[in-house]
Amino acid sequence: MTVEAPVFEETPPEVEPARGAVDWARKNLFNNWYNSLLTLALAVFVIWALLALVRALFSADYEIIQANLRLFMIGGFPADQLWRPWAATYCFTVLFGVVGGSLSAGARDRATEAGLPHVRTTFRQIVIRFWPIVGLIVVILSFTTTVTPTLLTIGALVAALGAYYLGRVLPRAIRRWTWLIAVVLIVAAYVALAGFGGVGWQGWGGLQLNLFLAFAGILIAFPFGLLLALGRRSPLPVIRTISVTYIEIVRGVPLITVLLAGAFAIGFLIPRDLRPSLVTRMLIAIIAFEAAYIAEVVRGGLQAVPRGQVEAAQAVGLTPWRTMRLIVLPQALRATIPAMVGQFISLFKDTTLVAVLGITELLDATFIVNSQSAYLGKGLFVVTLSFAALVFWVGSYTMSRESRRLERKLGVGER
Amino acid sequence: MEQTRYRPPVWRDVRVLRVVIQVLAGAAVLAILYVLWFNLTNNLRAAGLPTGFDFLTQPLGVDIPGSDISPSSPIWRGLLNGVKNTLALVVVGIPLLTVIGVLVGVARLSTNWLVAKAAGLYVEILRNIPPLLIIFFVFNAVVLRFPLLQESLSIADLVLVNNRYIAMVGFTAQPNFGPFLAILALAMLAAAGVWWWRTRRSERTGEHHHRFLWALGVFTVISLIGFFALRGPIGLSRPVLDGRALEGGYTGLAAYWAVLAALVLYTASHIAEIVRGSILAVPRGQTEAANAIALSPFQRLRHVVLPQAMRVAIPPIISQYLNFTKNTSLAIAIGYAEMTRITFQLIGNGQPAPQMIFLLMGGYLLFSLIISLVVNVVNRRMQLVTQ
Repeated sequence: MTVEAPVFEETPPEVEPARGAVDWARKNLFNNWYNSLLTLALAVFVIWALLALVRALFSADYEIIQANLRLFMIGGFPADQLWRPWAATYCFTVLFGVVGGSLSAGARDRATEAGLPHVRTTFRQIVIRFWPIVGLIVVILSFTTTVTPTLLTIGALVAALGAYYLGRVLPRAIRRWTWLIAVVLIVAAYVALAGFGGVGWQGWGGLQLNLFLAFAGILIAFPFGLLLALGRRSPLPVIRTISVTYIEIVRGVPLITVLLAGAFAIGFLIPRDLRPSLVTRMLIAIIAFEAAYIAEVVRGGLQAVPRGQVEAAQAVGLTPWRTMRLIVLPQALRATIPAMVGQFISLFKDTTLVAVLGITELLDATFIVNSQSAYLGKGLFVVTLSFAALVFWVGSYTMSRESRRLERKLGVGER
Repeated sequence: MEQTRYRPPVWRDVRVLRVVIQVLAGAAVLAILYVLWFNLTNNLRAAGLPTGFDFLTQPLGVDIPGSDISPSSPIWRGLLNGVKNTLALVVVGIPLLTVIGVLVGVARLSTNWLVAKAAGLYVEILRNIPPLLIIFFVFNAVVLRFPLLQESLSIADLVLVNNRYIAMVGFTAQPNFGPFLAILALAMLAAAGVWWWRTRRSERTGEHHHRFLWALGVFTVISLIGFFALRGPIGLSRPVLDGRALEGGYTGLAAYWAVLAALVLYTASHIAEIVRGSILAVPRGQTEAANAIALSPFQRLRHVVLPQAMRVAIPPIISQYLNFTKNTSLAIAIGYAEMTRITFQLIGNGQPAPQMIFLLMGGYLLFSLIISLVVNVVNRRMQLVTQ
């Protein structure tokens, strides 16, 4: 285990430990005349803003969210097929449970082998780390009108816990195949949604579509990004030129133009009868866009691998291919994990852009419900858009905190 | 034993393989491009669309809100108007977001607990919300709820606000404006001279130069004297509502201000994070040394911490400027007629999509290139000065 790096996060520098509230306030709020003025002005503003917020929260009409919650979460999925998204949700909770459990067991085993004490994550730490997600689930459930979603959510949490303990007690020989379990569960989730008379991703919407576009986009773009990164570092000039040209062009244009190309121009580039559905074309555009950004992330990781590693591999007679696969890539990819999470967060936020092309993802759903006849002209944008903002904020904030944690744990960037 | 004479077979000879791989890769890319080009021209012809760029001289056919370009003017004029509107966002936005970002970033490290927390709250909230959502929010939940045009809200006759336009007080040139410009130039010269004199004096005698205050004072006094001697060469033009139109002042579409505010707030939160990180990257010994020679907190920040922090901060800040420029394309969602919006509108009106999108992407690439060039020059000067 690496030593925890010093955390600059919350504490401003030069704050001496204070004794008593008055002393603390004098040191941190009123230590000179302009700070005192600032504190007073800001305090008035903060109190005013808090009061306004509380008043807005208690006086707002949440009926629009209650009535459209399903649209926000899964778009226009047929109402009689609701078991499908739930089955997929269960697949994913079990997946997170198993993977989390087996990762934790792996850390435990490595610590025992190295003769180090294994520090288990306590329940309190989990609450501190994931309170936004817990809060979001509570908020969403509070908008449901029946008790079924709550029960199903509790069931999903129980399933996740069960899977976590299963992951921890799995024997080592099986644990090596956790990735296979993960793949099977992902396929199962897709089959549950789309197989046997279900709805393919053309018909998905709401938050489900945002998550799908973000996950599928980054996963499929990864191999392409890896190839582009290797191409950019290749000693062969033709390959390098191709990679650099692609990466720099894509990184120089906004995502929305690539999406426009996906919506209006891809159709012209392929034979007419092969034209895929709009959501598929959006996915293709996102993959083409992300590949260039992932290439830059991976390039950063490749540059972090010390030159001596390659030289040592050559000295023991590894072929270039095996040097790459056994020596360079494992180290480089490990170093890119935090940056990849960052890339994923920005893609997750950017999936809202497909709304411009009329696809009902979460942001678009929260937007269009305001033109339903019951709510037209009532100015409920504040309510619905705040709901969407909350969902995106919780996702991005939690992931960015986790990625910072991971960065410290992996010791990336403190050579 | 004859290692030196050994030649590997052709299919394992690295020198041959290098050439073969490159030729194959190049040929594959060219083949793909050829197939795409072939399909493109065929499909365009089949759809009865032009394959070249001649259509740019055809009439626009759509109305562009907030401009006086008629639907019968050529398409290229509409596109240029889009470039102009994008530029209006970039040119105003970048200085604004830099100032806000640096202020918030410094505030996050303030010794004042409340200021640091408030800045942290701002950064953590804005950074983690999609920019498109912020634009929607500002436009639909704030700007569209401003009063109607007829009931425009006037703030001390300086700003006029309604849900279609926001107008600000402007300046107009009065008869004596020309001479006044000359006096301003003179005041600048005088100020530069005083600056030089104070610097020289400070170097000779060692006393504090206060050159900024001196120069500012000289400039203000001369220009004020000039202003009153010429009996007010600059007049105010207040925005007034005249029937259904706004007269006077600087008038901007509400959509413009909404996009600007949303993107500036969003990007500033990223800049603040960068500034904070770079300040923390300045070794603590520097701060302590500044304290040891009794610099004031402001002097410490101005002369010791920020110059070193900025050197670390500039590359990521450039990439935020580029992000801001690219994000202006999100204005498409609320109908502000910048490049992307106009392209979208024209494609919807039946213009050939591949060429339109090609031009659009080319435009953004050009913008990115120009910003990188300009900022790289600044960056290089900064590096030289500080080292």
